[in-house]
Amino acid sequence: MAAKMFRQCPDTGLFFHKSAESLMKAHAVFGVVYLLLGGALGLLVALTRMPTLHILSAENFYLALSIHGTAILIFWIIFFEMAVLYFASSTLLRTRPAAPGIGWIGFLLMVAGSTLTMVAFLRGNSSVMFTSYVPMPAEPIFYLGLILFAVGALIGCFIFLATLVVAKQEKTYDGSIPLVTFGALTATIIAIFTIASGAVILIPTLLWSLGFINHIDPLMYRTIWWALGHSSQQINVAAHVSIWYAIAAILFGAKPMSEKVSRTAFLLYILFLQLASAHHILADPGVSSTWKVFNTSYAMYLAVLASMIHGLTVPGCIEVAQRKKGFNNGLFEWLRKAPWANPVFSSMFISLIVFGFIGGITGVVMGTEQINLIIHNTIFVPGHFHATVAVGTTMAFMAITFFLIPVLFRRALIWPNVCKWQPYIFGGGMLILILFLLGAGTLGVPRRHWDINFSDAALQFQFAGTAVTMMGIAGLGGLLAAVGGALFCLIAVGSLVFGKRLDPGASLFSSFGFPMAASCYTIDQPGKLGLAPIEQAGDGGAQAKGTFVLALVFLAAFVIYFFINAKYLSSIWPMG
Amino acid sequence: MSIMPPSRRLWWKEPIHGIEMIWIILALLWCLVLFMWMPYWHLYGKQNLSNESYKTPPEVFESKANAMAKAHTVRTDAKSSIPVVHPPAGSDVYLLGRLWQWWPILELEKNKSYRLHISSLDWQHGFSLQPTNINLQILPGYETVVTITPDQSGEFAIVCNEYCGVGHHTMLGKIFVK
Repeated sequence: MAAKMFRQCPDTGLFFHKSAESLMKAHAVFGVVYLLLGGALGLLVALTRMPTLHILSAENFYLALSIHGTAILIFWIIFFEMAVLYFASSTLLRTRPAAPGIGWIGFLLMVAGSTLTMVAFLRGNSSVMFTSYVPMPAEPIFYLGLILFAVGALIGCFIFLATLVVAKQEKTYDGSIPLVTFGALTATIIAIFTIASGAVILIPTLLWSLGFINHIDPLMYRTIWWALGHSSQQINVAAHVSIWYAIAAILFGAKPMSEKVSRTAFLLYILFLQLASAHHILADPGVSSTWKVFNTSYAMYLAVLASMIHGLTVPGCIEVAQRKKGFNNGLFEWLRKAPWANPVFSSMFISLIVFGFIGGITGVVMGTEQINLIIHNTIFVPGHFHATVAVGTTMAFMAITFFLIPVLFRRALIWPNVCKWQPYIFGGGMLILILFLLGAGTLGVPRRHWDINFSDAALQFQFAGTAVTMMGIAGLGGLLAAVGGALFCLIAVGSLVFGKRLDPGASLFSSFGFPMAASCYTIDQPGKLGLAPIEQAGDGGAQAKGTFVLALVFLAAFVIYFFINAKYLSSIWPMG
Repeated sequence: MSIMPPSRRLWWKEPIHGIEMIWIILALLWCLVLFMWMPYWHLYGKQNLSNESYKTPPEVFESKANAMAKAHTVRTDAKSSIPVVHPPAGSDVYLLGRLWQWWPILELEKNKSYRLHISSLDWQHGFSLQPTNINLQILPGYETVVTITPDQSGEFAIVCNEYCGVGHHTMLGKIFVK
C-alpha cells in the first residue's frame, strides 16, 4: 500500500512526512514541558539567591537547583534537539524518516528516563546537582534515569544518520546536503561521542550506587563526566548555529557567504570538541599544567575560531541578502531595517549577539589556565552559561518554535503583540541576570550556595556590599526572564490549543504529537530537491561591511576583557 | 540558501571572499595569542598552579594535619572551637576540608612563603579564598600542594565553593595574615 504520507506547507513550501512530523511534535512538546518545569524552578533559585528575599529553605534550594540544571541543560535541550534532527533530515531533505517505530521507542525511553530522574529528585535524596560529583551519592534511579534517557537520545541520533542514508539512496535531493543539515550532522556526531562518554562514567557510577563497585575515583569521574557535561553543550552550539543559518535562509533567503568556510567551521567543532570539557579540570589536582594548557587549547583554539567564523558569516549572509533587497545605505541600514518585530528574527539575533559577545568571551577567558584561578566555581560560571545556553541555545530554539507553530503544527500564534515583545523581555531579563552574575562572580561570590551571608556558620565572613547588591539585581533580572519564559510557554501551549487552525483538516488532538487528519497528506513523494539558485554578480560576500565592523568591535571587546582579567589575576597572592 | 543543497556542486572549490579571509586570519592570530599567553604566564607570571599533587588517603592526610596543629597551635577560636595554628614561615602547612568545615584556622606572616597542602576527607570541596579570590578544586584522596605568599595582611575567609550537601553554605575557614 503506497499511502500518501507527505504534506506541503502552503506558506513555506516545506514538505512534512507524517511519521517524522509526529515525532517532531512529540519531542518539541516534551522539551517545552521541561523548559516550563526547569524555568519555574530557576525562578525560585534566582529569588532565593536574592539576599533580601531568600525564599527557599536550604534543602529545597539545593533540590530546586539540581532539578533546574538537569531539566534545562539535559532534558529541554535534548528533547528539542531531537525535533531539530527530524526536521533537518526528513523535512529539509524531503525524505521519509528511517524506522519511525524505533524512533518512538527512543522517544519513550527519553520520557521514561527523564521521569525516573525527576522521581529520584522528588524523593529528596538525590539533590546532587546536574554534575553529581562522586563520592556524594544519589539514589540508583537517578543514574538509571539518565542512562535510559541517553539511550533514547542515542536511538534518535542513529535514526537521523539512517535517514540521511535513506535520502541519499532514494535520491530525494541533488548535490550535497544543505548547510543546516550538515550542522545537524555535526551535532549528531558530537551527541554520539557525548552519550558514549556518559555511558562510560554513569554506568560504573550506577553500579557504585548499587554497591557492586566500592570506589569511583573523583578525578577520573570529573574528567570523563565533563566529556558528557560540556560536550553536550557543544551539541547545543552546533544545533543552534544550524538554526541561525536556517532562520537566515527562511526569513531573508540568505545563502552562506561561503559553503566551504561555514562547513569547515562546523567540522572544527568535532575536531576540537574536548577543549571546553578540559576547562572544567583547570583548578584540579592530579593533572599537570602541560595537560591543561594543551587540552584546553590544542595549541590554537580552533573551536573558538569556528564560533568566531559563524559569528561573522551568519549576520554577514543576512547583511548580503538585505543589501540585495535594497537596504544598502551606510553600514547598518540592513540591520536597522531588519524585522525586529518578528520574534523569529529578534529571538535569533539576540541569541547570536549574547552568545558571542558574552557567552563566547567569558567562556574563553575563564578557560585560560591561570585566569581560571580567579573564576573557578564562582557565580561567574553560571553567568557564562546562561549567556550560552539560556540565551544562545534557548532563544534560538524559541525563535524556531515561533516559526514551527504555524508551519509544523498549523496553528496561528496567539497574542501577536506579546509574541513581538517576548524575546525582549526574556532576553533583557537574562542579560541583567548574566551581567550581574558575572560581576558578583568577579568579586568571588560562590555558585551553588544558599547563603552568602553565612548566618548559620560557626565563623563569619561578609562579602563586599557591591557583591551582595549585584546578587539582588541579578535576582530581579531572573524574575524578568522568568516572566519572558512564562510568556513563551503560554504562547506555545496556548497557540497549540487555542490558536486559529491554519488547516481545515486539523483536529484539536492533532497538535499534540499526533499527525493531522489524513486528508492533509496528499503527496506521495515530493519532487527532488534541487540545488539552491546560483546568485549573479559575484555573490556579494564582499558587501558584508557592517558585519565586519561589528566583528572588529567584538574582537576589540574580547582583547580588552581578556587583559583586564589578566591584570586582575596579577593582583592576587603570588602562588606557584 | 542554507536549507538547500549548495548552488554549486563543487562548493569546496569556490574562492573565499576577502572579508571572510581577513576575519579568519585575525581570529586565528588572536587564538594563537590566547594560547601563547598561558606558557608566557608560567614563565613570567607570579600566579600559577603548581604541578605538585599526591594521591594521599584521607586518614594519612588527617594525621599530618593533626601533627602540624599539635605542634603549632597558638590558641583556639572560641565560637567554633577550631584551633588557630601559627606554622613557621616556609614550612609545610596542612589544611583539610570536611563536612562542613575547613580545619584548622591558619595564622601566616605577610610576604613569607608557605607550602600549603590541601585535601578533603570526604566529598569534593572548593577552596575559595576571599576576598583575594583564589579558587581551587579539592578532591578526596588527592593532596594539592601550592606555595603561597600572602602579600596582604588581614583576615581572609575560605568559602567552600563546591556544593557538598545541605550544610555547604556553613563551611567557612579562616586565614589570618600578620
